[in-house]
Parts: sequence; structure tokens; C-alpha cells
Amino acid sequence: MPKPHFAIPWLALLAAAPLHAASPDADWQSILDEARGQTVYWHAWGGDSRTNDYIAWVGRRVDERFDIDLEHVKLDDTSNAVSRVLAEKQAGNHDDGSVDLIWLNGENFAAMRDNDLLYGPFAERLPHFPLTHPEHNPEVVTDFTLPTEGYESPWGKAQITFYYDGDALEAPPRSIEALLDWAREHPGRFTYPRIPDFTGSTFLKQALIALTEDRDALYAPVAESDFAAVTAPLWDYLDALHPHLWRSGRQFPASGPEMRNRLGDGELDLAFTFNPAEPAAAVADLELPPSVRSYVLEGGTLGNVHFVAIPYNSPHQAGAMVVADFLLSVEAQARKQDLEVWGDPTVLDLTRLPAEKRARFDTDDDHPALLPPEALGETLAEPHPSWMTALQDAWRERYVR
Amino acid sequence: MLLRLAPVAIVLLLVGPVLAGIAMAALPAFGYLPALGGETLTLAPWRALFAEPGLARSVLVSFASGLVTTAVALAVVLLFLAASTGSRLDRWIRRLVSPLLSVPHAAAAFGLAFLIAPSGLLARWASPGLTGWTRPPDLQLVNDPLGLALMGGLILKEIPFLLLMSLAALPQLGPERRMMLARSLGYRPTLAWLKGVAPALYPLIRLPVYAVIAYASSVVDMALILGPTLPPTLSVSILGWFQDPDLSRRFMASAGALLQLGVTLAALAVWWGLERLAARLGRRWLEGGGRRRGERALRLAGRSLIGVTTLAALAGLAALALFSVAGFWRFPDALPQGFTLQGWSRALPHLAGPVATTLVVAGAATLLALLLALAALENEQRSGRHPGSAALALLYLPLIVPQIAFLFGLVVLLEALGMRPALGLVIFGHLLFVLPYVFLSLSEAYRRLDPRWARLALTLGASPARVFWRVRLPLLLAPLLTAMAVGLAISIGQYLPTQLLGAGRHPTVTTEAVALAAGGNRRLIGVWALLQASLPLLGFLVAVGLPRLLWTNRRDMRGTP
Repeated sequence: MPKPHFAIPWLALLAAAPLHAASPDADWQSILDEARGQTVYWHAWGGDSRTNDYIAWVGRRVDERFDIDLEHVKLDDTSNAVSRVLAEKQAGNHDDGSVDLIWLNGENFAAMRDNDLLYGPFAERLPHFPLTHPEHNPEVVTDFTLPTEGYESPWGKAQITFYYDGDALEAPPRSIEALLDWAREHPGRFTYPRIPDFTGSTFLKQALIALTEDRDALYAPVAESDFAAVTAPLWDYLDALHPHLWRSGRQFPASGPEMRNRLGDGELDLAFTFNPAEPAAAVADLELPPSVRSYVLEGGTLGNVHFVAIPYNSPHQAGAMVVADFLLSVEAQARKQDLEVWGDPTVLDLTRLPAEKRARFDTDDDHPALLPPEALGETLAEPHPSWMTALQDAWRERYVR
Repeated sequence: MLLRLAPVAIVLLLVGPVLAGIAMAALPAFGYLPALGGETLTLAPWRALFAEPGLARSVLVSFASGLVTTAVALAVVLLFLAASTGSRLDRWIRRLVSPLLSVPHAAAAFGLAFLIAPSGLLARWASPGLTGWTRPPDLQLVNDPLGLALMGGLILKEIPFLLLMSLAALPQLGPERRMMLARSLGYRPTLAWLKGVAPALYPLIRLPVYAVIAYASSVVDMALILGPTLPPTLSVSILGWFQDPDLSRRFMASAGALLQLGVTLAALAVWWGLERLAARLGRRWLEGGGRRRGERALRLAGRSLIGVTTLAALAGLAALALFSVAGFWRFPDALPQGFTLQGWSRALPHLAGPVATTLVVAGAATLLALLLALAALENEQRSGRHPGSAALALLYLPLIVPQIAFLFGLVVLLEALGMRPALGLVIFGHLLFVLPYVFLSLSEAYRRLDPRWARLALTLGASPARVFWRVRLPLLLAPLLTAMAVGLAISIGQYLPTQLLGAGRHPTVTTEAVALAAGGNRRLIGVWALLQASLPLLGFLVAVGLPRLLWTNRRDMRGTP
């Protein structure tokens, strides 16, 4: 991983705090000074009360420590924040926008970056950013194969995790191929969220990675390869799988949470999520039976990092940076990973953290529905974002009548 | 004079922005959106739209649900009114109207889904005893491809709306006299009502009926929960395109929004044609002079249909309440394994701010709407003309243009004018949607108030202002309060205007509820849906209670029974 590039940043600095000195400490101090008293509007998906409570805690901490007033704008869909910034740009409001911080990744990041809606690079300026050790963990500076180039700062991790009702099912399928055989024997007990849902699209990618003969093609823009040839095994697979799915594949749940509800209702035996802690959290919340267990597929599952970014026209970029930096602190990351709080895996490189700090991440709760961190070791990288769009279009072309 | 300015003010303040918002939304449909690099006019968005898989089906379902929903809901309401005899059951149903109307659409949809889904309440209670199911059956009961569940949900919600509108309009018709006359000519009671009162009632509730058609053919929230999925209704497809991370889809989404406008207008036009047809056929039926034929069947239908729908709506609410305190609940247990107040205890501490914002916004928007509507209507009365009524018709545009398209345009416009998100803008955004409903709830009652009252007062030497305050307003108290209650309910239910115009900085009960619904936790959905329903209920209780309180000695002034 290259060191932070200093070739372009004067442009960015121009937009941010006045730079008094070359030293990073002084630079950061001036940002802290500017951030004092600012109100930061953080647009973040608000569908999970545990996440919301965590963000509220972050708000209290940054108020105490940095005198920043953090307001969580709860979204039902991240695109609403993108819409807002887009409308402001369209109207020529280039310096007094209403969104200061966005929780996003993947396609939304790619879209905002493509349309110059983001401020940056800023990530390398955050004092806590080095704790992620990007030179050893390229995923914290890579978002669906796109280099983040400092335009977003890592916040947490996600990995496809399967879960099942241990009372209903003894041996869940451990691979994409085995899943088809299993579905044949257990008709109607598995499904995936309807495309273009995020979790559902990820299932397509997971299956494609397992089935295609040209895996390398997935890590370059889709235009550079023969889409039909690369994806042919996937469609054969889905054509064979669909008749054995829930509702015979004529209907799909709207989202990952809906799929979870179906499992809780006993309609499904097997489901999956992007948040490894979700099954355990759902058991604690009395949404899933205590008999739920989770696992990952052999050969690994897709994983990615989610980030926070700052719109190009945010008037509180200093405050937003201070919040982004606090999110990377040991204090905030350890609390976020605590299953009692949220259970979202940390983006810090624990192996390179001093022992006493690492201890804060130790979990004494071995929840039966929660996988130990080692089990999540094998992570498959996300394909280039253009594949997601192409797969979604092809899927709709094929299965929407 | 200030009054004369009212229609002008409405046009300038509201119609202007509405048209501008629509124009800003229409431009991208032809390829113009410079922020996304669209700088030339092209038909490419339309080609992309018509190449969408399943588009024809989406359009058809939206169109059909507009007409079917309205026809069924209207029939149920008219039959009920015809068959109702003032029995205790009838009075109960009339009283239930307001609480049911105050339930937001999304909450009602969740309630219905919790009720009829294969793993819903009914299946749990009937299993395994009656059905033999130990696992939920693999049936498409909600989200069915024909949209039947969606239409069912819409019918449940539109019946209370049309019933309330009818009850508010009825007293001006003097239904008792009409009934007495018809009965003295030998008509059986149900037929007497259908032949003697209904034809006079329909013109008074025509605008609300049109609003129902517009709503049902373009609804988003209910369609997301109950509607078909592969493909979804047109409105839901449009929302998906607008929310697509691939921003270039917005061009096609804007074209879709214009198509939606066309679909809704087509549904309205077809309905208008059906009205003509019904008038012609109905005339023959009226003139035929049949006094008994069909009486029993009509009466039975009038009683039972509304009974079934009311029961279903109430059961949905009960399901919401039950799920809001349910612990883990395995199928097919009749009750959850335990009960918990976790959902409520998590929600209550966060409630004060959103409730306060909701009340401020809803109160301000409703009062403004009422003021504007009254001023415009009073001006009409005094001048004896309907000045700018063509322009006023544009007020209804926000009801038929997809919210997301038009609001995006409006945000661009306001930003370009240098207006930054603020509470005032949120109230203004709500006003755009509240005013049409207040106007349509009030205008017919206002225009058809017997002019002899005012004339009498004038001949006794009262000034026009005094006539307004002392005669017209008191006489119209019931419809006024009903319009207010409807306005409050509409405002409280708004999600996108609050979120987009306020940049999310003014959370209301509804924005919180919608955000949490995305997470699928049924306990929280139950809690927030009930909270969301309880606020408008207050408005309706006032609307029903106040006239009864003020007019304890004047039976015919009390409006709803």
C-alpha cells in the first residue's frame, strides 16, 4: 500500500481547514479547533435500534470530548442522502450542504465518487487511521475493488454468514453446490432477498464466485469480459435452484431482515446475513429461537468493509472528520464490537495493537449463535461494483415477467 | 381586500412551486439533469423505461388497483349507509370510522400482513387443529402477483375515508326528508336510500372518490408491504429506480414518474366514463320504480361487507398490538412463548422530540391549510364566482404525481433559491399535501350550504363578516373539524416531504417508524405503528367530540352520530 499521496491534497486542503503548519499534529489540532461547536448531521441507515443506540452513544462522547453536536439523521435507505447531495449540487449549492457525514459503501460510494459528490482525500489525515494498518489490510482502503483514495474512512466489517435453526436442521449445506442438493431435499426452506436488494445481490456474487470458471474476470470492470460466458454457470445454477426455493422461487423476501423474520416464523430453515453478529443479536432480541446456529461456507464467504464519507459541500467537514476519527478509536471500535451493544466487527488491526488495548476487544461471551472471530477468517473480496449492477439487470431480465 | 387575495396567494405560494417542482422532475425524463452530466434533450430515458422487464404488468396492476379499490370501497360504503337503520351495531361502526381512518396506511398494511400471511395470526390460531399445519404453508397470500392483497389493504383503509366524507356531507341533503318521501311512496328502506339519497350524495363526495383513485393507483408504502413483487407496482418500481445507487437510473425514473402520472390520469378518465355509464344505467333503474326487488340482498350485503372489513382492520390492529409485546413466537403456537415490554421501553425514551415535531408540523400545516381553504371558499361565496378555479384544480397535482419525483424537483428549486432546510420548509412541504385534502373535505360542504341561511342573516342586517363568523362557521363546524382531522392525519403520515425538505433534521414519529421498519423487527414495527396511529386519533376524537359537546341541544348539527 502506498503511503498517503501528497501529490493532490493541496486541492483538498484548500476546501478544508486553513493549514497552519506542515506537521500532522498541528494540522489535526487546527481541525479540532475548527470542529469545536459544530453540528454534524450524520445520515445513516436507522433500521436497527442497536445501531441507533450506538450512534447515540457516539454523539454523547464527541459532545463530551470535542464539543461537537452529532445529529443522527435516520434513513430508510442511504440513497435518500445521495439524493439530497445531488439536488444541492444540481441547484448550485456547493458549500452549504445539509449532509455532513454518510454511512455507505460499494455502489453508493462508487456513484458519489463518479459524480464528484465527495470531499477528500481525508482518511489519511485522521490520527487513528494508521491503527487499521492498510498496508497489511487492503480491504480498509478498497471498496468493492475501487481504491478509496482517502475519500471514505473505514468504520466496520461485514461478512456473509449463514444461520439455521438447529432444532429443524442437523447438517446445513457447506458450499454453494451442496446448497442445491440440500434445497432439492428440503423444498421451500431456503430463499434469498429479492434483487436488487443488497444482501440478495451479494448472494448472486457469492454463487458466481463459487461457480464461474473465470474468477479473475470479476475483479475488473464487467465491460472487459464476456458477461454471458462468465455468468452462464450462475444462471444454470439458479434455474435449477429456483423451483426448490420458498414460494417455488416465484416470490422473494424484500430484504435480509424479512428473510430473518421468515426463519423466525418457521417458514425457512436456512438464511444468511451480512452482519455476523445478527443471528446472536436476534436471539437476544427474541426474534429468533435460541436454537439458531451460524456458520460460513467452506472456502470462505464474501466480506466487505463499510465506511463513512463526507459530502463535498458539507459546511462542517472539520467536525465530520473528528467524528470519523473518533469512530476509529479503540474506545469506539471496542464498544461497537461488543455483542451487548452492536456486535459489528472492528476494522482495527488487532494483531498490531498493544496488548492492553487488544484486551478491550476480548469477548467473554461465547454466544452459541455467534461465530468466534477465527471462523470468519476466510474472506472473499467483493467483485468490481459494475458486476453487481450487471448481475442485477440480468437477473431482472430473466426472472421478472 | 385580503380575502380576494386568497386564491391568488394559493396559486402563487403553492401551485407555482408545484408546477416548478414537476417541471424540474420532468426535465430529467428527457435527459436534462446537468448535475449528472445530462445536458441534451433525448428520448433515451423513455426507451430505457419501455425496455424494463415487467413494465406492462406493473402498469396494469397500478391501473387496476386504482379502479378496483375505489369501486369496491365506494360500493361497501353506499350499501352500508343504505342498509343502516340506526341499530346499535350501525352506530358502533360509524363510531369506529375515525379510529380506523387515523391508522396510517403502512401500519394498516403491516397489520393485515401480520394477520393473513401464511405464518400470520389466523394461520397460527387455526393450526394445527383445523389445518393440520405444523409449519407455515408455502402459499402466496401476501405480495400475490395480481395485487389482491394490496387491493384488500387499500379497501380496508379507503372505506373509513369515504364513509367519513359521506357522513360529513349527508346532513346538508336532509336525508330524513328524502327517506320519508321515498318510504311514503312504498320503497323499502335500503332501496329508498339508494334511489332517493345516494344520487344526491355522490356529487358531494366525488372529489374524495377521485382522490382515492389517485391514491390507490400510485400508493407506495402499502404496495411495498402488500403488493406484488416480480414486478412490483409502477410506483414501487419508480421508487426503486430513484433509490438505485446507479445515479444514471434517475433519468429513467423521471420518465417513469411521468408515466405514473399518465396511468393515474387514465384511471381517472376511465372512472369518469364509468360514472356516465352508471348514471345512464342508474336512471333506468330509478325510473323503473322497483320498490322491493333486491332489498333483502342489498341490505344483507350492506351489513355484512362493512362488518367484515371493519373486523379485518381491527384484527390487524390487534395483531400489531400483540406483536408489539410478543417474545419469541414459534409457529403454530397460538400465543408467544413470553411477553416483553422491551419494544416499548426502548421506544419511549426517544419519543418526546419526534412527537413534539410531529404535532408542531401537523398543527401548523393544518391550520394554514384551513385558513387558505376557508379564505378561498368564502371569497367564492361573496363574489359569486369561482375565480381561478382552474388554477385551484392544480392543487390536486401533488396527489397524483409520484411524491419522490416531484419532491426531488422541489428540493432542487428551493436550494437554487437559497432556501436551506428548516422546519418552515417541512411545514410548507406538508401543506402541499394537506391543503388538497382539506380543500376536498370542505369545499362541497361549503359550496352546497343552503344559501338561504346567509341571505336571511344579511336581510336581518348582518355584515358579510358577521354572516361568516356567526352563521356559516357554526353551521359548518362538523365538516370543518372533519377536514382538520383529515389534514392532521395526512400530515402525520408524511415521510418523504419531512425527510427531503427538512434534510432529515426534523425527525417525526413517521420518519422514525419508517426508518425502523427497514430493520424488520416486528416488535418495533408494532410499537411505532401504534404510536403513529395514536396521534391522528386525537384529532379525530376532537372532530367527533367537539360538535357533540357544543351542540348538545341541536341534534342535526352534530355531524357524525
